[in-house]
Amino acid sequence: MKYVISLTLGVLAGAALFLAIIYYNPFTKGQMLSPLSISENEIIGLNYSAVPRDALVYTNSGEARVAPYPDKVQQFWEPTLRNTGAFVTVLSDSRQQPTGIGVKFFSRSEDTQLLRGQALVDSVWHVFLPGRGSLFVQQTENHWDFLREIIIPARWSSANNWRGNWHGNITHGPGVLGTALVVGGSGRFETLETEAVESLNAKAYSVDRGPVAMTGRLTIEVPRQAPSAGIEANAGTQ
Amino acid sequence: MFRTFVAGVILGLVACAAALYLVPAVDQHREASLIAVSPNGGTTETFHINVPIDRIMTGSTTQREPLPPGLQWPDNPLFAATTTELFKVRNSKDAVIGVASRLAADDPEIDSVVEWTLHLPARGSLFATMQVVSAGDAARRGALRAGTREFRGLRGELTERWIRNTAVADAAGSGRLELIARYASSRVEAP
Repeated sequence: MKYVISLTLGVLAGAALFLAIIYYNPFTKGQMLSPLSISENEIIGLNYSAVPRDALVYTNSGEARVAPYPDKVQQFWEPTLRNTGAFVTVLSDSRQQPTGIGVKFFSRSEDTQLLRGQALVDSVWHVFLPGRGSLFVQQTENHWDFLREIIIPARWSSANNWRGNWHGNITHGPGVLGTALVVGGSGRFETLETEAVESLNAKAYSVDRGPVAMTGRLTIEVPRQAPSAGIEANAGTQ
Repeated sequence: MFRTFVAGVILGLVACAAALYLVPAVDQHREASLIAVSPNGGTTETFHINVPIDRIMTGSTTQREPLPPGLQWPDNPLFAATTTELFKVRNSKDAVIGVASRLAADDPEIDSVVEWTLHLPARGSLFATMQVVSAGDAARRGALRAGTREFRGLRGELTERWIRNTAVADAAGSGRLELIARYASSRVEAP
């Protein structure tokens, strides 16, 4: 009997040790610096609030922690959409002036490998900037750092929340340097093919309500030979 | 007994690693792709949207009643000529397989714009820019501009057609929005 108890305790200790190795593994930490931060091209910066209740519309399966908004919006209860969400938001420039509308669709990715520190999400942005044109942004996001540094500490907290200052790039690919691919749709961006990076800046997170104070930023590189976008052209900076 | 404990620790480590490696963390539900082969090469796939039940959002300054109820569309003049719609998308067996956004704008600086983004979680996404003027058969044609995952590297066209519901007398705004995608791989090179 004592051997069975010893083996059981060993298995539990091994499992706990494994989870600790996964959680504290320094080699799975994502890159904090944007690959576009050293670009000499023009940069378009589009900011948005990543708090669901600040969006025009935010919806998901209805079973997730973050509740859809407005309350009566259709939910994605169908089996094919159960791991999918969508939101529509106003995009602002660096002076916090509205500059466009962004639609984002996101689905949990089947390529997720927690063993390698990859909690992946496939997402696309459909961006329209009135007077300028439209863009389609496709990316794979890695939310491992967000999960490890915000969501899990929030769950461990006795107050069920997290407060601090966290900044991280969530774009993981498909670009070689961990960038998103951008295709222009209309207007000045019609022939544009370039790269982008999406980042999050979190200040507060609640286990019950999800992000409480969090902003997102879509940084899009515009090659110099491409038509000038005319917005927030901060060469080489974010 | 200590050796048994150590063996248990190793067993726990291996079991957890094996479970994380072998058990998929995400398993997307799939509907079979209903694709027809076009006579001149490429494939055709028909999607549709049942209006109004599949309409998730209509964002426009001219919308009398917001959809969804409670939507506060910005009254900024910047968005006065922009209409953004979200829909659920169905396959030809009437099963919901994805979501889509339709963006239409009448912008004096860049001409009019009609665009679709289709997101099918188990397969990938499509982006199409449409001709503003409808074709003769009340259809609007457009070009596929980009695709992800299963649709990556595909080029072709997307046709949008509104089929009004004539079965119901008082069916204003009720009907079926048909989307026909015809695509071929852009990677195929002529010999």
